[in-house]
Amino acid sequence: MYDFAYHKPANVADAAKLLAADGEAKALAGGQTFIPVLKQRLNKPSAVIDLGGLGLSGITLAGNTLTIQAMAKHGAVAASAEVKKAISALATLAGWIGDTQVRHRGTIGGSLANNDPSACYPAAVLALGATIKTNTRSIKADDFFQGMFTTALEPGELITAVEFPLPVEKSAYEKFRNPASRYAMVGVFVAKGPAGVRVAITGAGQNGVFRHAEMEAALAKNWSPEAIVGIKTPADDLNSDIHGSAAYRAHLIGVMAKRAVVAAG
Amino acid sequence: MPQVSLTVNGKAHKVEVEGRTLLVELLREKLGLTGTHVGCDTSQCGACVVHVDGNSTKSCSMLAIQAEGCSITTIEGLAKADGTLHPMQEMFREHHALQCGFCTPGMVMSAIDLVKMHPQGLSEAEIREGLEGNLCRCTGYHNIVKAIAAAWPLMHGHAMPAAAE
Repeated sequence: MYDFAYHKPANVADAAKLLAADGEAKALAGGQTFIPVLKQRLNKPSAVIDLGGLGLSGITLAGNTLTIQAMAKHGAVAASAEVKKAISALATLAGWIGDTQVRHRGTIGGSLANNDPSACYPAAVLALGATIKTNTRSIKADDFFQGMFTTALEPGELITAVEFPLPVEKSAYEKFRNPASRYAMVGVFVAKGPAGVRVAITGAGQNGVFRHAEMEAALAKNWSPEAIVGIKTPADDLNSDIHGSAAYRAHLIGVMAKRAVVAAG
Repeated sequence: MPQVSLTVNGKAHKVEVEGRTLLVELLREKLGLTGTHVGCDTSQCGACVVHVDGNSTKSCSMLAIQAEGCSITTIEGLAKADGTLHPMQEMFREHHALQCGFCTPGMVMSAIDLVKMHPQGLSEAEIREGLEGNLCRCTGYHNIVKAIAAAWPLMHGHAMPAAAE
């Protein structure tokens, strides 16, 4: 790993200032992706800004909104009584990320800012029509994800919280794991809530998470696994690698979507 | 050079580190606690698992400087001063839950956290799933699972509820 200066600001304003002052500085959330990346020397930041001192780890359920602050750990989301009560599929999803040790440190804000094409959280955030709050503005999920490892975040902009609109009538997440890495080869989050009927797919798309319009239209008319039988997903924009071809992933999307609809009830 | 103040196995330390120094490097190279192993160095194998403020953590995926003010427990900190083993260590010995032993420190540290996180009991399936972050290349999982199940009642001080078994 290349060396870097280390800063641990105590508030969001100072963190933003440090990032704005140095274009080569990088923010560190849970570090479960970022530190392995640094170890492989795939990134050479001049400074690492540790967000661990910001205290943004709260989870609150108030009115028609579930708010998860950016530094909330996956393990905390998975175990949260508030999350289970409001959107139990979101707690399930968090409990399936990585392993126990990764869930003790990895954060929702870090996962979203990284936008790994195989990450789980982007599927939930997109399917549930959540809003990403930053230190400067609010960004709708539909505008946030802009392709593999690419988001609407400006340089120096920090996620502070994610707001999920309630009530969510139905939701479920089904994930087909790569047997070795355990990342999603295909993950499908289905939801029926204030944002309408939505189906978001992670792990499969070349450009990261995406919505499945044809399945959404079919499920909006008839929420049942039968409604999406026979809907073909074009393989053109899907990933093809040693673990599975694009055609295989296209098929898996149909299988996992049906399972998710069944699980959502 | 930055300094980090932390408690390791009950003892306070103040150590000079670089920004890039990993927690596992601090433990092994600065403090000589070589019971914490580095297997894959890509955060998959779990040989480097220690407890950070009670939570099992891969010490190869955390900067040493992030441990400022934290209380760390390593495999060396489990046994009592008189040499009495922690119940999990004792059950690993009893059930021969190791072959080469390289993964064992991480397995034991993860297993203790797993038992603590499941006060309601642990099924065999939950134990196997709970070990997702630890790899044993001797394929020794079967006896590890047995050892963890046997350690549960010793750690909680009562028999495991029947429904969980």
